[in-house]
Amino acid sequence: MLNKEELSEIIRALVPEVVVPEGTQLPEFIVPAENYFTLVEKLKSDPKLSFNYLISQTAVDFQTNMTVVCHLESTNFRYLVVVKVVLTDRENPAIDSLVALYPTAEYLEREIFDLFGIRFNNHPNLKRLFLEDNYGYPLRKDFRDEINIIER
Amino acid sequence: MSSNIYDFSSLTGSIHSWLSGLMSSGWVIFSEMVLVGLVFLLMYALIGLFLVYLERKVCAIMQNRVGPNRVGKWGLLQTIADLIKLLLKELIPIRKSDALLFNLAPFIVIICSFLAMAALPYAKGLQAIDFNIGVFYVMAVSSLSVVGILLAGWSSNSKYSLIGAMRSGAQIVSYELSVGLSLLAIVVFTGSMQLSTIIESQANGWWIFKGHIPAFISFIIFLIASTAEINRGPFDLAEAESELTAGFHTEYSGIKFAFFFLAEYMNMFIVAALGATVFLGGWMPFHVGNWEGFNLIMDYIPSVVWFFSKTFFLILIIMWFKWTFPRLRIDQLLTLEWKYLLPISLLNIVVIAFIVLMGWHF
Amino acid sequence: MSEEIIKDVIVGENEDYIINMGPQHPSTHGVLRLEVCLKGETVKYLTPHVGYIHRGIEKMCEANTYQQLIHLTDRMDYLSAHMNNEAVCMIVEDALQVEVPERVKYIRTILDELNRLASHQLWWCAFGMDLGALTSFFYGLRDREHILDIFEESFGSRLLHSFVMPGGLMHDVHPNFQKRIKDFIKYFRTKLPEYDQLLTGNVIFQNRAKGIGMMSRETAIGFGVTGPSGRGSNFSCDVRKIAPYGAYDKVQFNEILETGCDVFARYKVRMAEMWESLSILEQLVDNIPEGDFTAKMKPIIKLPAGEYFRRVETARGELAVYVVSDGNKSPYRMKFRTPNFSNLFVMNEIASGYKIADLIAISGSLDLVIPDIDR
Repeated sequence: MLNKEELSEIIRALVPEVVVPEGTQLPEFIVPAENYFTLVEKLKSDPKLSFNYLISQTAVDFQTNMTVVCHLESTNFRYLVVVKVVLTDRENPAIDSLVALYPTAEYLEREIFDLFGIRFNNHPNLKRLFLEDNYGYPLRKDFRDEINIIER
Repeated sequence: MSSNIYDFSSLTGSIHSWLSGLMSSGWVIFSEMVLVGLVFLLMYALIGLFLVYLERKVCAIMQNRVGPNRVGKWGLLQTIADLIKLLLKELIPIRKSDALLFNLAPFIVIICSFLAMAALPYAKGLQAIDFNIGVFYVMAVSSLSVVGILLAGWSSNSKYSLIGAMRSGAQIVSYELSVGLSLLAIVVFTGSMQLSTIIESQANGWWIFKGHIPAFISFIIFLIASTAEINRGPFDLAEAESELTAGFHTEYSGIKFAFFFLAEYMNMFIVAALGATVFLGGWMPFHVGNWEGFNLIMDYIPSVVWFFSKTFFLILIIMWFKWTFPRLRIDQLLTLEWKYLLPISLLNIVVIAFIVLMGWHF
Repeated sequence: MSEEIIKDVIVGENEDYIINMGPQHPSTHGVLRLEVCLKGETVKYLTPHVGYIHRGIEKMCEANTYQQLIHLTDRMDYLSAHMNNEAVCMIVEDALQVEVPERVKYIRTILDELNRLASHQLWWCAFGMDLGALTSFFYGLRDREHILDIFEESFGSRLLHSFVMPGGLMHDVHPNFQKRIKDFIKYFRTKLPEYDQLLTGNVIFQNRAKGIGMMSRETAIGFGVTGPSGRGSNFSCDVRKIAPYGAYDKVQFNEILETGCDVFARYKVRMAEMWESLSILEQLVDNIPEGDFTAKMKPIIKLPAGEYFRRVETARGELAVYVVSDGNKSPYRMKFRTPNFSNLFVMNEIASGYKIADLIAISGSLDLVIPDIDR
């Protein structure tokens, strides 16, 4: 079982651009959008890591930027890591899709697109999942709905 | 033999002679027809309603429940209340459905079950019409209802209905063969298709006991195949509540739905009555060979009681099937028929023909 | 409605026979719509459509305090209500570094297992119904009633009992609690064999369930199918074993794994899990330590700024909660990774090529709860 530091070393060696913030609950790796797909692909295919299980994929709107957060687990070694991508463009955020690596990403990404408006490149079927076509992106912090959402 | 069984023909004969004294012969026939029609209508409604009630009670007992118990004593009036509700309900017209066929279908289904009722012997001398091809007639007429089901599925303009109807078509056409062949077994034994002759031939024992193992095998095949033919569980693929919502009668409401519903239960009654008549002796009491005293005691139980108790025994078995087994899949259903039941019944017929040829049966 | 939908679904230009299974359909267990393309009786492909009861729970969480949003989590997977509550409570306890009393851990674990049993019983009822065995429904509900009575006695509610609070429990359990659970274990040990007699051994049932809905281990991992559905494909994904929480590290239990990969394997996993749950309950119920029913908590809970992640095993799989806090009394962002969301979307992969009747069996074997998908 590798610890957090060893894991960081291995992953830094895979993609040198990753930033590893300190003091997080889980090992966390912030990666530029253009290296995102390569990193995850390597995480999955590296026999020492084999992160083959995408637990969850979501996004957070930090008002200054959009962050896509992936929780990956390796079912062989039981490592759990967080991969983050910071998207500074809030108007037209776009990122590579993980569908080619994890089939479950298809719907997780559709949900993110539905609720945050983040576009995924190379996604086979990027349509809204829950809401109507002209609803807006409700989980963005600047979303306002006078009728249905009560502000406190 | 069996001379002290009450013969209903004396009652019907006295009605006939009383009517003949009142009017000319043409009017006598007319009024008799009206009378018989009314009796059948009443009987149909009563048996149908009772069967619905019975089904609900039986399934309640099987499922640790109480069942209907609010309307009337033990909920006996529940089905009548349901019928009134169904009569008062709105008939919802379906957009783009074929109106003529859509309305015709429930009538075809219910008329078929009516027609089959006519040829059944309910007691000694109590039979509306005794065809010399009675078995053939009942089978032919009851299987005509598939036309109604197919029409209902096609004209509803609903995809679920269409799938249900197609399933039903495949199912009834296949299982018709096994039902026919299993009944043919007894026809071979008796040498007649007339229901009254078949019953008379069982005066010294029912065919299920007299006919060796082949008769028992055809009884089992008859039970399975007829359950499939009337679209009841575990062969209720045409309705398949969990798959096709309600199959061919998804779009029907009110009294038209009630027709389908009633016809389903009456078909169950008809196949049970046919099975009871052919295999279990119909109204013939339980006789054992030449035990005169025993047979005499059995004769004291009225023939109508014998008929209905045997019929309801078979009905309870069919209900027991439904509330115990999961549903089959369509390919398994057809496999069961074409790969198992049909070869077995064909072989069975050959064996029976051989037995009859050698005169080995009682 | 967009042009695309009209073209694809309603006009059917590609001449496919498409039926919409749902949103009102007896076997979709809620308002799920499966757009099924058929060729005769065979399913060519299917597309799940969700969102009919999307309530925006994640958005609502951002406006509520941590004590309040526990009651929202009940409404996701209402059959695993307790596990959902526990996930949120544990994440708050993690963040505040509160040590909950041992008694609380034991009681929470007992409730977990009771809830899992109740959920599996209801699944068994509904699975039988899906296959057309209507009697199974009442057998299962009869026994589930006993568990709900235990819940009612202790918490006053039967289904959605938001009984767990951050730091502990809302109040102590009823004095009868242990006795009733022991009675229930004794009772259910005699009733569980009846389930096997009615359904498991039935030839028709086995023919219906075996060899359909094949989901390989790779498919299960790729689609993130967890819980009993994943374990039926030999995917070891039991969070109770991987990262024990509550009192799971103090009990002996097996992670049930089946290699059949079909509907029957998933069925067997759940049946075996019911026995396993009974044995866990038996180990715990006599050893509940004395003590407080809650740790000392401040009336207003504010999580320190940061990100927190926690996983629990619900009756249907892995529930992960991800919280981003900015130090206020309500979360900045709350994400629920719900098990049914991932379990549903494997349907197209494992149901294509089988019959309609199999589709129902397959969706029954995945044990879907739709509000959990829509959130």
